[in-house]
Amino acid sequence: MRLRLVPQETNWDFFGRWKLWFGISGLMIVLAMVSFGTRGLNYGIDFRGGTTIRTQSAEPVDVGAYRDAIAALGLGDVTITEVFDPNFAEDQNVAMVRIQAQDGQEAVTAQMIADVEGALQGVVPDINFVSVESVGPKVSGELIQTAVIAVVLAIAAVLFYIWLRFEWQFAVGAVLALVHDVALTIGVFSELNIRFDLAIIAALLTIVGYSLNDTVVVFDRVRENLRKYKQMPLKQLLNLSINETLSRTMMTSVTTLIALIALFVLGGDVIRGFVFAMIWGVIVGTYSSIFVASAILLRLGVKRDWSKQDPSAGTRFADVDA
Amino acid sequence: MLQFDLWKRVLIWGICALGLLLAMPNAFYTRVETHNDAVTAMERGSTAPGLQEQAGMWPSFLPSGLVNLGLDLRGGAHLLAEVQVADVYETRMQGMWPEIFAVLREERGQIGTIRLQRSAPDELRIRLNEKPEAVGEAAALVRGLARPVVSLTGAGSSDIEVTTEGADVIVALSEAERLATDDRTVQQSLEIIRRRIDEVGTREPTIQRQGSDRILIQVPGIGSASELKDIIGTTAQLTFQPVVTRTSNPDMPAGAGNELLPAEGNDPSSRASEEGVYYVLEKAPVVTGEELVDAQPSFDTNGRPAVSFRFNPTGARKFGDYTANNIGNPFAIVLDDAVISAPVIQSHIPGGSGIITGNFTVEESTNLAVLLRAGALPAGLSFLEERTIGPELGADSIAAGKIACIVAGAAVLFFMIASYGLFGVFANVALVINVALIFGMLSLIGGTLTLPGIAGIVLTIGMAVDANVLIFERIREELKTAKGPARAIELGYEKALSAIVDANITTFITALILYVMGSGPVRGFAITLGLGILTSVFTAIYVTRVIIVIWYSRKRPQKIEV
Repeated sequence: MRLRLVPQETNWDFFGRWKLWFGISGLMIVLAMVSFGTRGLNYGIDFRGGTTIRTQSAEPVDVGAYRDAIAALGLGDVTITEVFDPNFAEDQNVAMVRIQAQDGQEAVTAQMIADVEGALQGVVPDINFVSVESVGPKVSGELIQTAVIAVVLAIAAVLFYIWLRFEWQFAVGAVLALVHDVALTIGVFSELNIRFDLAIIAALLTIVGYSLNDTVVVFDRVRENLRKYKQMPLKQLLNLSINETLSRTMMTSVTTLIALIALFVLGGDVIRGFVFAMIWGVIVGTYSSIFVASAILLRLGVKRDWSKQDPSAGTRFADVDA
Repeated sequence: MLQFDLWKRVLIWGICALGLLLAMPNAFYTRVETHNDAVTAMERGSTAPGLQEQAGMWPSFLPSGLVNLGLDLRGGAHLLAEVQVADVYETRMQGMWPEIFAVLREERGQIGTIRLQRSAPDELRIRLNEKPEAVGEAAALVRGLARPVVSLTGAGSSDIEVTTEGADVIVALSEAERLATDDRTVQQSLEIIRRRIDEVGTREPTIQRQGSDRILIQVPGIGSASELKDIIGTTAQLTFQPVVTRTSNPDMPAGAGNELLPAEGNDPSSRASEEGVYYVLEKAPVVTGEELVDAQPSFDTNGRPAVSFRFNPTGARKFGDYTANNIGNPFAIVLDDAVISAPVIQSHIPGGSGIITGNFTVEESTNLAVLLRAGALPAGLSFLEERTIGPELGADSIAAGKIACIVAGAAVLFFMIASYGLFGVFANVALVINVALIFGMLSLIGGTLTLPGIAGIVLTIGMAVDANVLIFERIREELKTAKGPARAIELGYEKALSAIVDANITTFITALILYVMGSGPVRGFAITLGLGILTSVFTAIYVTRVIIVIWYSRKRPQKIEV
């Protein structure tokens, strides 16, 4: 009486409608990019500079009153949002106040923070400032740069590793799948207007890692089957490999999702955005390793016949076991 | 076929046991923390009542390493400060002017009168009023004052760069000297900040240099970033005071115009470090630290470590007068109301520079030089980033993280048993060991657990089963070809290995990049993710395997179901 996520023997055709899947993926990427281009991302202070203050009080949050109190200080763009979380106690009312980076100041000013805190205390006497974070524009610029470098570096390193362990076609397939995942994640963050900060970059890189994990497992089976069934058409062989690993793919995705959903629901609002990115990444990553990475591999083709010398390849140790 | 050498089994179980042992203190976090604090306090020589008792709360033969909690979990303040290194150039150039002036005035016949022009703060612009044509000679004279740069990279170049422009001689610090100065300035600022924060006595502050001119300061448990800035901003008070007498009586009446100050007890750099030594000093200082320009570790004429110092002109005059009149008497160097040193004046010290000798070791003289310089930060600080996290937010996050971990763990455990039966139980044992190993390794390397780090652990719980899933699915497949259970198990492990290794190495690469590029919480995430990959591969390919081997050799089942 075992729990089976997929039937024991599957022989599903994953490539019959490859045009449809490519179309869907392409369309999603276009939508994601359009959203990113038009709406942009809701950058956190890590990337945009500015100050966030997390307040907590026994009294219910009155966003209007908060806004009026701070508006008097003339600090430019101020966003106030109330935070809800099932973990909060009855008398725990939390709000996030975000103040834009002040013009012409590289450093952060303690005075401004003190002013805002004073103003809010005027409205709600028992208010508590549970966290105050300020990032100067100088640092935030650098943080964006580092983040972009980190993502690009990660993808490049992985491209190289897979090229080393497999063939270049595999590497291209895996990396396009990664780009697909990262693009869709950015699209979702843009569309849902979720705060995009440093932790999300960590999540993005984890998605890169996870999606690869999935892709590599499928590719590993493809590599094995390529040696085993020398005459089988590539399409059929890829299909077989995916079907053979399908049970594992689903098991791992589901266990990871279970753990992440527990964290999403119970882990508190501070890391919810982060966990959301990872949940989305697991779903998209699973999809892409089947429908993007493998499909690209199918389009690119794989060199099958190792018995003939490949003049361009030079001496390859792979020839030995062919 | 399914065999494990004895030594391998011993090694595998040994590693697991060690991991569990190292992880154990974290289960009793507050208790072990109290113990550790008490032990440190006693090592420092504190004899407060109850310390012995607190130290006894955790047996000393057990490991007491704990996972550090990041700021986001413990609460505290984080500052990223940029040292305004250019501030120092200005002081340096101003300090150089009297010397240049003296040299040029001596050669008045050749170059005529000179005048200092307004200029950028980091250079001196000297105009030759009468003989603009002699500008080359004047520049040569100034160049004669250049000293070699004292640094590894700048060796061979001189500290100033002298150029001419019309009738002006322009003196500025050379590139090599700037770099060397910047480095010294940041280093000094770092030491001063560390000293000030240590004085407040908070637990495990992080004070780190970042890049060429930045300092990262993280202090757990402090109320707010502005409080921290106040601490850093306080100037330590340094004075040189005449000593009236030395005593061991803490209640000795000091007399009018005098004060009784303790010798700094717990500072190894102090010459007067004996416990219970007090000095009666004249209240009015001879010179104050504001008049001190520099202090460097050096050596006296006998080659013994010493500290050389230099006053500005007014300080030099006062100090010279005082030493001339008090040869043979001790005077006290007082830092923040504690006597750090009370040397005897050996001779008249004119010119404002002197040397403090004593039975110093090189390290002690270096420390004392730092203490003397610690009067004021050498350059201004501007704060690029500041974060305050309240302790209650951190506590909430820990509580939420704990519950999430337990629920996630339980759900995964259940799911594994439902899917793989007995083999699922094996995988679960490995999973529990896995989490313990992560904590054990974190404690061992003194890693920091942050909120994203907790997410990393939860993610690892989810993904750790992946390696086992790969193996079990493979065993299932091999069972279909009916080679018998032992062979199927063996093949399952063998064939799943390449997928496990490749999949985990790629994830490990991303964790590595995150660690190198990230900072703070993100780095905490990278650490737990990276450690989680290592431990999960280890538990999957060794621990579950040993368990399965033991089970198989006991039961010898004819048929297995995975």
